[in-house]
Amino acid sequence: MAKPLTKPKRKNPVLRTRAPMLPPAPRSRISLGLTSGAARGAFELQVCRDCGAVQYPPREACRECLSDRLDWTLQSGTGELVAHTTLRHAMENYFRERLPWRLGIVKLDGDGPHDAPSLIVHVHGDCAEPPARVRIRAMLDRAGQAVLLALPEKDTPHMSDDPQMRELTCDPKFRKVFVTDGKGPVGQAVVRAMIAAGSDLVWVGEAAPWKKIPGFEEIRALPEVTVVDLDVTNPDSVKRCAGQIGPKVDILVNTAEQHRAYSVGGRYGTENARAEMEINYFGLLRLAQEFGPVMMARGADTETNAVAWVNILSIFALANKPDQSTFSASKAAAHSLAQAMRAGMHRSGVRVINLYPGPLDVEWNQELRPPKVTPAALARSIVGALQGGAEDIYPGDVAKDWYERWRTDPKVLERELAHGE
Amino acid sequence: MTANPLLDMVRGISERKIRVIDLTQTLSPDFPQIELPPEMGQCWPFRLEEVSRYDDRGLAAYWNNFSCGEHTGTHFDAPIHWVSGRNLPNNSTDTVPVENMVAPACVVDCAKHAEQNADFLLSADFLRNWEEEHGRIPPRSWVLMRTDWSKRQDPESYQNFDEEGQHTPGPDTDAVRFLVEERDVMGFGSECIGTDAGQAMHLRPPYPCHYYIHGAGRYGLQCLTNLDLLPPTGSVLFTAPLKIKQGSGSPLRVLALVWEGWADSPAPV
Repeated sequence: MAKPLTKPKRKNPVLRTRAPMLPPAPRSRISLGLTSGAARGAFELQVCRDCGAVQYPPREACRECLSDRLDWTLQSGTGELVAHTTLRHAMENYFRERLPWRLGIVKLDGDGPHDAPSLIVHVHGDCAEPPARVRIRAMLDRAGQAVLLALPEKDTPHMSDDPQMRELTCDPKFRKVFVTDGKGPVGQAVVRAMIAAGSDLVWVGEAAPWKKIPGFEEIRALPEVTVVDLDVTNPDSVKRCAGQIGPKVDILVNTAEQHRAYSVGGRYGTENARAEMEINYFGLLRLAQEFGPVMMARGADTETNAVAWVNILSIFALANKPDQSTFSASKAAAHSLAQAMRAGMHRSGVRVINLYPGPLDVEWNQELRPPKVTPAALARSIVGALQGGAEDIYPGDVAKDWYERWRTDPKVLERELAHGE
Repeated sequence: MTANPLLDMVRGISERKIRVIDLTQTLSPDFPQIELPPEMGQCWPFRLEEVSRYDDRGLAAYWNNFSCGEHTGTHFDAPIHWVSGRNLPNNSTDTVPVENMVAPACVVDCAKHAEQNADFLLSADFLRNWEEEHGRIPPRSWVLMRTDWSKRQDPESYQNFDEEGQHTPGPDTDAVRFLVEERDVMGFGSECIGTDAGQAMHLRPPYPCHYYIHGAGRYGLQCLTNLDLLPPTGSVLFTAPLKIKQGSGSPLRVLALVWEGWADSPAPV
């Protein structure tokens, strides 16, 4: 059973902060299909459309019939650990610094016409000696690429504290979290969820301190919370804040958001649209410039290293919702920037997690019909994402529905949205 | 003395007989901005973005781009700002007569009242009492309401919001009508974020200072500071807004000249 993680000792300040090393990152284009699934939290393998054979490792042509019609297909992931070993020596620096490391071979369950494949996997410490029933999960590693992890068939106590598991997750437990805006309902829910998930210290940004927002004084009074001044529209404020707490942030959750609900013609002029861009896009850019480098430098800083940057985008970032036109556009801009942030930050092992929720149950969606994602549900999704191995999350039924339609054909979705869904 | 009183004035300034007092708050991103209900259009706060700072963006130069609303920081309100002044001649920052940008000021000390009651309303009777002590308010002069509100350094107490909105002092309807209709003032100035009181949306009419002052083609000054350094009468203000085409107002540097007397030197002949 995994040893429960105890609060790590404070860092010895006379020792160098080690540079973040990454597990091997190169993958073939075909192999990135596995990453594509893992990024969404899905374990997918190619399945031959002609003979039904499940493929592993990813390949161009079916291992049984040489057909090239291979479709990435969700797998149940159950199987049997048939062999395992514990690595005690490695030439790869990433593993060398994290030894010992448990590896194994898992035979997937299968009822197809062909033999189910055997997988090379990382093995959770709580998996019994082979032969043992296990679950396979596809997760992103610190390099942002998919790896497979064998988990025990049933959850075990303190499972998430397993060192190998913790390398593949960004668990808030004993980590310091920065919630950039704690005043709104989403920010407040995120703060509470992070504390419930075991975060040691939650920095909470407060803009416009004169605004009395219900619930914020209760947030301020929580013992884990420290409120800091932050207005993401003000470069000087972002710089000051980063100077003050930047080296003490392991997980940044950007909850700062401007949201109005106007069609293109529904709000004359650009003042409102600019305000949305100023916070949703430029605010993110300012945060990325000030907090990004210091977090990247701490990608391997002891057991409570910098691990994740969380962006709350919107499913409207992928396809514009016409009656929230400018909000959608600002989220599309943020989505695009977040892709670049990912490209920059993966070198440090810091994971950029993007959430694309459906409409939230907040003031500016008052006129939308349910289903709407409550702030508490969104906060749970964030914690779930941090405790898991994915980077793209689609919370809520609307988001899942739109995402599938968008993957199938963005043009069809655009037309349907133009005609009111 | 020379034949040119302007040169006397300049000499007075250089010899510190005339003090120049800055009534302006520093334009800073941290200075609070007027807060309107979220569904309304918003006036931008002051923001500063570096162009370069002797770095790869420009090795030899430090400079910034700034952005703000017309009604940001210490600022001037032109008559066109309010619906009551929208059709008046010369009602915008580019057409306000420059002669109106130099005018004497009367300072009405309401500091004690504002300290006791953030919602203090300056009344016409208060002004009449002030006149008994300091003399009649001259036509075409500024009336500045000193509340020491500018001494509230942190934005939260400066804004002073609760669930019912902002609580800051200002004039009541009768006071404004008295100043405009019976005293023909140049304008009204305040240390708070607006010339009207924080709760002035509940007065009749709402925002009476904006309504009557601008309806009469007169001006407003907001977010003033250092009013405690001015005498009740006798100072002269320089209040030139930026020449924004059809501007409704503008941030500006407000300077006051205060005559200190020739006490240390021979009196002028």
